[in-house]
This record gives sequence, structure tokens and C-alpha cells, in this order.
Amino acid sequence: MKILSSWLRSCLPQLSADDRQLADDLTLRGIAVEGIFDLGENGSLFEMDITTNRVDAMNHYGIAREAAIIYGIALKPLETALPGPKTTVKPFPVSIEEPSLCGRFTARVLRNVRITQSTGIVAERFRLLEQKLISNAVDATNYVTLAMGHPTHAFDLDKLEGGIILRRARKGEKLRTLDGIERTLDPDDLVVADEKKALAIAGVMGGWDSMITPETKNILVEAAWFDPWTVRRSSRRHLLHTDASHRFERGADFNAPPIASALVSSIILESGGEVEGDLVDVIIPEAEARTARRPAISFALSEAHRILGATEDPQGITAEIAEAILTGLGCRLKKNGTPYNAPAQNLDPSRAVSVETTASRAEYEVALPSWRLDLEREIDLIEEIARVYGYNRFKNTLPSFTGAVVELPYAEKEAVVRRTLLGLGWTEAISSTFCSATDAVTFAPQPNSTVPMDNPLSEEAGMLRPSLAPGMLSMLALNLNRDVEDVMLFEMGTVFSGSTDKVDEKPALSIGATGRLPLDGPHQASRPVDFYDVKGTVEQLLSRFVSKLLYFDRFPSDSGLMPSWLHPGRSARVVIDGATIGYFGELHPEEAQPRKLKQTVYVGEFYLDRLYKQDLRQPTMRELSRFQAVRRDFSFIFADSVSYAQIAEALAALNIAELQRVEPKEILRDKEGKRIPQGHFSLLLRTVFQAQDRTLQEEELQGWSQSVMGALQKLGGKLRE
Amino acid sequence: MSQDAIPHLGGYTEAALDQAFAELSREVESSAQLLSSPDAVEQFRLLWLGRKQGRLKLISDAWLKSAPAEAKKPLGQRFNQLKALIEERLERASETSAQFALDAEAIDVTLPGTRRALGAEHPLIKTMHEMVAVFKRMGYSVGVGPEVETDYYNFESLNFPPGHPARDTQDTLVIANQERRPLRDRLLMRTHTSPVQIRTMEQQPPPVRIVIPGKVHRNDEADATHSPIFHQIEGLCVDTNITFSDLKGTLDHAMKEFFGSSVKTRFFPSFFPFTEPSADVQISCPFCGGKGCRKCKHSGWIELLGCGMVDPAVFGFVQQRQPAYDPKKISGFAFGMGVDRIAMMKYGISDIGLLYSGDARFLEQFA
Ligand SMILES: [Zn+2]
Repeated sequence: MKILSSWLRSCLPQLSADDRQLADDLTLRGIAVEGIFDLGENGSLFEMDITTNRVDAMNHYGIAREAAIIYGIALKPLETALPGPKTTVKPFPVSIEEPSLCGRFTARVLRNVRITQSTGIVAERFRLLEQKLISNAVDATNYVTLAMGHPTHAFDLDKLEGGIILRRARKGEKLRTLDGIERTLDPDDLVVADEKKALAIAGVMGGWDSMITPETKNILVEAAWFDPWTVRRSSRRHLLHTDASHRFERGADFNAPPIASALVSSIILESGGEVEGDLVDVIIPEAEARTARRPAISFALSEAHRILGATEDPQGITAEIAEAILTGLGCRLKKNGTPYNAPAQNLDPSRAVSVETTASRAEYEVALPSWRLDLEREIDLIEEIARVYGYNRFKNTLPSFTGAVVELPYAEKEAVVRRTLLGLGWTEAISSTFCSATDAVTFAPQPNSTVPMDNPLSEEAGMLRPSLAPGMLSMLALNLNRDVEDVMLFEMGTVFSGSTDKVDEKPALSIGATGRLPLDGPHQASRPVDFYDVKGTVEQLLSRFVSKLLYFDRFPSDSGLMPSWLHPGRSARVVIDGATIGYFGELHPEEAQPRKLKQTVYVGEFYLDRLYKQDLRQPTMRELSRFQAVRRDFSFIFADSVSYAQIAEALAALNIAELQRVEPKEILRDKEGKRIPQGHFSLLLRTVFQAQDRTLQEEELQGWSQSVMGALQKLGGKLRE
Repeated sequence: MSQDAIPHLGGYTEAALDQAFAELSREVESSAQLLSSPDAVEQFRLLWLGRKQGRLKLISDAWLKSAPAEAKKPLGQRFNQLKALIEERLERASETSAQFALDAEAIDVTLPGTRRALGAEHPLIKTMHEMVAVFKRMGYSVGVGPEVETDYYNFESLNFPPGHPARDTQDTLVIANQERRPLRDRLLMRTHTSPVQIRTMEQQPPPVRIVIPGKVHRNDEADATHSPIFHQIEGLCVDTNITFSDLKGTLDHAMKEFFGSSVKTRFFPSFFPFTEPSADVQISCPFCGGKGCRKCKHSGWIELLGCGMVDPAVFGFVQQRQPAYDPKKISGFAFGMGVDRIAMMKYGISDIGLLYSGDARFLEQFA
């Protein structure tokens, strides 16, 4: 909003602060001057940003009122004197049929007016504000809005058929508005009508047919107060956000219409014409009781101190200061039961006046100004006092604290997961919370549990993500499309399931890898990342948690036990203590193909809520053996049907306490079946024996070797020559 | 003169011997000059000390053979001195040649090292953790809440009036099929982390000190500074005698902790439905010290936070479940900030979309 400093000064004859100081002082009180433009001898143009709750300050007089409070100076009253009517006539008929939608309607008839160009101060100020001049009558209504904030409307009286009626529009009723568009009205619209037709959408926009033209001779000036809700509803329905609707829907001043009407009329009459009859002013008492005659509210200075606390100025907010601020805002005070007129105070801290502190026990009954419908409660008055006093004049204090910092139950586990993955070279990413309907079906862990959006951001974002995997695949695809080929990403985020009645949220982890391991260079050649690299990360991650039984397995594609988006032969499920923690592996070729992924991609998803049920592993030291460890290697040939898990299990079942480690060192296959028969593999297995209390003897080692070989042979293993 | 030739000895007088051995010493010194490799050292040793063909042996054989008896002793002494000189030079040479041998194993240290990739924490998560840590040190516990909220927690209990524009689908992402449900139960993507304030107070009587990091969503068109997904940190402190000056002091302290102790704060009146009085907080630009730079748009100040005293109406909603939140007895403040903007400022990130792109070239810069 544009404001002229010279216009403000015309309302503030005693103002001595310069424009820049004024702008700063207003900004510190929340009447924000965002930019100052020098207009030379015409002062400055302020570009202002007024918060939506302060509709009263969206005009020159309202801002001048703020300045008057800050500096404790007089605000010149608006001049509303009009030449009296020459003749007495019957009052112009006005009927409010919808008293809950229109609280006040004033009509004034001007006869024999001359429609012309605006001149004088109106033209000059419009020029400085870069506001378009239309005609003296239309400019007058706009000028008054800029001056004191109340929207008015001027009708060509000769286009009216009968008196004014405030009624709901009839269903399907048509009205061509000032913008030239013919609009179909709804019974929820309040219209200003005559006896035959709608003339205007009340508080939103006037009608084309009754607008002021160069031929207009007689004018009806409307100044009214419309119900904010009704105006907002019409403004939205017709997608008509006008300056008038902006103000009415935020709550206009119930007492403003006669003043606005007089101001508009006097400007029009400057070019000729006369007033006919008295102002017609229809007031709905219920509306007035809700606005201009709201009951007074109680305010205790002690409550202001309780909420606001310490100030830099040791005197703090005295009764005098509070009274001056409230009075300046237009409140009428009764102090401890008796009417009280507070003297103005200069609140400019640079020129602080010494005031006598009176008892802070002061309690007030505060009658609220009609232009501040945002003031309703004691806290609103406390805010006003803090605001006008100046926020930055309050001390910086720290509250004392009793109590302990409570960590979230999963905070440490979440930190461990993140730290482990970062340490292993995975980079954290954040993907969209939404996915396409197709992906939602493919990636949802349970069928029929996806949640659609009512107003999705895009078609591809129509569903809440049931899984982090589609987002991970999108991110991998993005990197591959940009020729970034070696990528290891993880994401920790929320996944959603349930229905549109009840949405369940769970924490999940996804990992995604493609390309080569990040070790490439002139010193060593890197190799492509493979299933076992991903599995290694999963193992290391899970090893941070306690588990009695941790295993990986795989199911054929027709089992329905593995996610359909994973390659059935090259993916695994991981289970901890009976609970499935997640799935990972190579992406299913059928999922890779539509995503145009040009290289193999590994992806996994883990249910962190389930993982977090496991305790974090707390390392405890094991005594180091002083005795030598002994290595025994075994080379065996097994059928492919034997899994390594079976071999490890068989050796564990031997229960040899001294068998410290079992490691598969080498696995060989021979396609031609020469050195190793087809459908078989050879395994070089390393075992390490060590005792805590003695050097191992050859005989016992011999015995254990026999047991190991026996166990391997039981699985069909053949010792390799 | 060939080195192999037996030098001429001009008689066995002291003077003649001195001269001859001085000549030999010079020869040893000069042949010991260029012993820069183990091979050269071995050559030198063979040349002088070779058991059969070494010059020392050949010369001493030749000269001793024809020496008169009384000259044999001084001659022998001089040969011993010469031998000692050769051995000393030999020892010195083999020491240096061992060093030369290691030099020969030199590598190009200017080639890049083999790096194991470190994963990069997401700049947003990192910023969020750092900010949360500041408040944890001030006694704040961490709170979280659902990303899908009800209208009640996201709007109504935070004192948003029924027709507030934020409640419109133009601003808020809404779950499908909500029209038939009562307004308060309608499900939407939370537009701020403030609902967690209400949920926390409902579960816990005062005092409350909580800091709430989280992901939020709005129906915003994406551009360089807007994303429909973004992150917020919210704080809430409720107790008896919590004042506006406590709010000021708390945020001033927290901003100094996060951005450095020279940072200043200033407060401007603002408007939020759930706080009163409400304020916008600016910090003096930590990047230029307030002199003015690109990051602060040359104003020296950066707007960073919204805050205020908890509106009594909000306590009123909470009281339906926790009567202890009597606005006449307790008071509190709340504050909120956008993590994305802070991270973008801190790391000089030009486009908010990068934070949610998964672009490895971008993310790996933060390792
Ligand atoms: Zn700066």
C-alpha cells in the first residue's frame, strides 16, 4: 500500500520527526514501511505492508493515528461539514431486508452535479500515488478510501428505479459488474438493489448499468457497513477481490459511513451541485451492538506486567503510559470505576518524559474504538501496549527452569542409523512425500492401504507415499539422467498407510545404490557395486542393534512373500527375532525398464519402527587371549542347493567353544564343469581356533578338524583334492 | 694416467713416500666423489680393496717387493693409513647410497590420494540438528508429531478462525474424501509444526519446554524459494511467569549460540492467530556483521523467526483436555522458523528445489 508522508503530515500539524524517523518509528510498531521513495518537495512515498488484522491502518488517517500515539501529538479531526440541504424532501427510501448481512446503510442524494476531471488536491495526491484518475465522482470515492479507509459507492441516481433495498440475490439473478462481466448471482450474495433489479454486489463491486458516466446529473452516495462474512463469501464465489471487499471482509468501522459519505459528497460538490435532503442512515441495532457498541472489557495493569515482563527502562510500563496508549488508540477508559481522560504521552524513547509511577494496581473498564474490531480481549490491549511502547524496549531475560530434557524414545537409535550409513559412505537425501497412483499400488507393503490426496500437487503426486522406494528410484533416475553414474543414497522419512479416514505414519529407511564403489582412481580400479556391498551395509547397520536371531532369506517369485519391485533371484528379506525388518536387492527389471534406468540399481526399504524395537548393542569387552590362534583352511565342493547359511549353521551346531571364527574365503564355479562339476561350487573355508586359557594341542586341533569335515560332508560336501 | 697402472714411486725417502701417498690419497678422494649408487660403491670397493686385483694390493705388492728392508715399516704404515682412508670413504659412501636407494623408490606425491567416500548428511537435517541442539542446551526436550494432521490440531486449536485463508485447499494439501467429515476431523498435510504444541500440552501439564523439528507441506507452486515440502523448527515454553521479555531473551540467546555471539536481534510487531503479542524477529546479518551483503539484501538484517506469547484462546483449547493450562495462572511463548531458509543462507544454496532433488552432485558437497 502506498502512503504519502505529506498527507500524513496534513493530519498531524505538530509532527516534527522527519520522514525517515517517522518510517522507522512506525515500522517498529508493526506499521511496516518497506520502502521510502523521495518525492522532493512533496515529501516521501512510503511503500507499506500492513498485516491483515490491521484494516484500520490501511489508510492515511489510520496511520496518522498511530503516529499521533507514538509522539503524543494531536490528530486533526476529519472535516465532515457539508452545506445544508436547500429544500426539504422526503427521505430517500432505504430498506434493509437482511439485517444480519447489512448492519448500516447511508444514502445521500446529490443533485445537479457536474461530472468532470478531478482537480486540486485529489488530482495532486493521485498523481503522487500513481493512481489512475477517472472522474471527480469516482475519484472522490477512491480518495476517501485512501484517506480514511471506508469504501463507498456512487450510483447514477437516474438509473435507479425506486428506493434502495438490501436483499439476497435471487437464484440465477444476473448483474453486469463494473468490470463489464455479467455475473450470475446466488442467494448467498447480498445485493444493493432498487425495486426492480440488483445494482451492486454489496461491499464487492458496483453494477455497470448504474455507474457514473459523463452524462450523470444526480448521484446517490452509498456508505454502508456490510457483514464481513457475507462480503468474503461473495468475493470468493465471484473471484472478485476488490479493494472494497478486502476492507469489508476484515471488518470496517461501523461509525465511518456518515463521515465517509460527507467526505465523498463534499469532493463531488466542489465541481457543482447540491445536497438534497438529510442523510438517510439506517442502523441495525444488533450489528451496532456487536461493533461500535461492544461492551467494555476489563484490563488490569498487573496482567500486562505478568505477560510482558521486564523493560529496559526501570520504570517499565506505568499506568500513565498504558493509559496514554489506550486512549490514543481511541479507547475510552474508566479507571477503578470512574471515567478517566488520560493525557497523551510522548512514547518516543529518544525523548522519554519522566512520569510519576502510580500504583500498578490500576484496573480499567475499556470501551473499544469502533474501528478496531480486532480488539476484543484483555490480551489484545496488552499487545497494543507492548506494540506501541516498542518491543525492543523490553529486556532480554531468560526464564528459570526446573525439569529435565526428555529425549524422544527413538532419538538415539535414529542417530545411530544415520551415523552408521554416513560412515559407510551413503549420502542422505530427501524425496517427495507423494507418489503416483501406480507406484502406490506397486510399492505399498499391504494391498488396499493407499491414501489419495484431494488436491494433489501433480498427477505424479496423487498419493501419500506408502514406501520410500519410489522416491529413491526417482532420485537414482535423476542422477543417471545427469550422467552421475556412481550414487549411494539413503533417506529416512515417514511412510503412510491406512485410509482417507485414518492415516498411519511409520518411520522408514530406504537405500539406493548404482554404479561403481567410490574407490576409483589411478591407484586402484574400482568395481561395480553389487548385492553383497548392499548386504554388507545392511549387516553393519543391523549389527548396531541387539538381536538374538538375525537372518536373510529369499523366496521365489510365485510365493508372494517378496516385494514385486525386487528381482526375485537377487533380493533378500532380513528378519530379526522373528520380525521382518526390510527387503533389499536388485531392482526388478520390469520396474527398471519404464524408469529408463540405464544400469543396474540396488534398492532397499527397512521398517524402522520394527528395528527400533531392538535395543542398541552396548559393547562389553571380552578378555584378549594370550595364546596363539590357529588357522585351519578347508576346501570343499558343494551342490548349488546348499546355502552358506546351512554350512554356517552346521559348524555352529558343533558347539566348539574354541572355534572363534568361520570365514568363507573363496567361492569358485566352473561353467565348463571341468575343475568343478556343473551345478556345484567350491568353497575355501577358513576356521580360526583359539583358547583363552591354554595353547592348543595338535591332537585337539586334529579332532576339531575331523568334526568340521564331518559336518561339511553331512551337507554333501566333498573334500577338494 | 690409467687407474690400473701402478704409479711410479720416486725412491723410498720420506719425502718421496709422502709425495707418492699424497698422490694416492688424492686419487682415492676423487674416485670416492661420485659414489651415488650401491653399484658405484661396490665398484669403488673392488677397485681399491679387491682381494686379488684391488689397487691397494697391487700397489703395495709392487712397492713392497722392491723396498729396502728399512723402508718396509714406514711403507707399511702408510699403506695402512691409505687403507683406513679408503674404508672410511667406503663407509661414508654406503651410508649415503642407502639413502639414495630409498630416494630411488620415490613416488609422485602430487597424485590424488585414494579416498573412501564419506556419506554426506543432508544440509537440512544437519541444520535442524544444530538448531535443536542449541535449544536442548537451554533445557528444551524434543517433540514430534504426525505429518498428516486434523483440521483441529493444525488450525482450530491454534485459534485460526473458520474462514481463514490458510484453511483453504489453495494453501493446504488435503487428503481425499474429507468433505463428508466434520471440519475438525478433516485430514490434511500439516502446514506447520505448531500442532505438536497442542498435542504436547494435551499430554503434559506445565511446565513445558519443547522444541519441535519437522517436515511440513503447503500447496505452493515450486520456485527457487518455495517448495511444497519444507521443514520447520518450532519451540514452546509454558510455565508460571513466562513473559515477553523471556521470549526476547531466549531467542536472542539462541541466535547468538547458533550464529555467533556478535549477532543481535530485534523484534517487530506481527500477527499470528495463535500468539499475542506476536513478533517477527530479525537478526543482524551474521555474514557481513551488519554492514550489508547479498545474503541480507544489503540491509544488514535478516528476518528469521516468527514468535509470540501463546494466545489465551490456545490455552483455552488445551484446557479441554488439560485443565492446568489456565491462562490466568500460566503463560508461555512459542516461536517458529524455516529450516530450509536458514540452511540455504548458511550454505549459500540458490534453489530450494535442490534440497529435495536427491542430486548427488549437490548433496555430496556437504560431506
Ligand atoms: Zn549481510
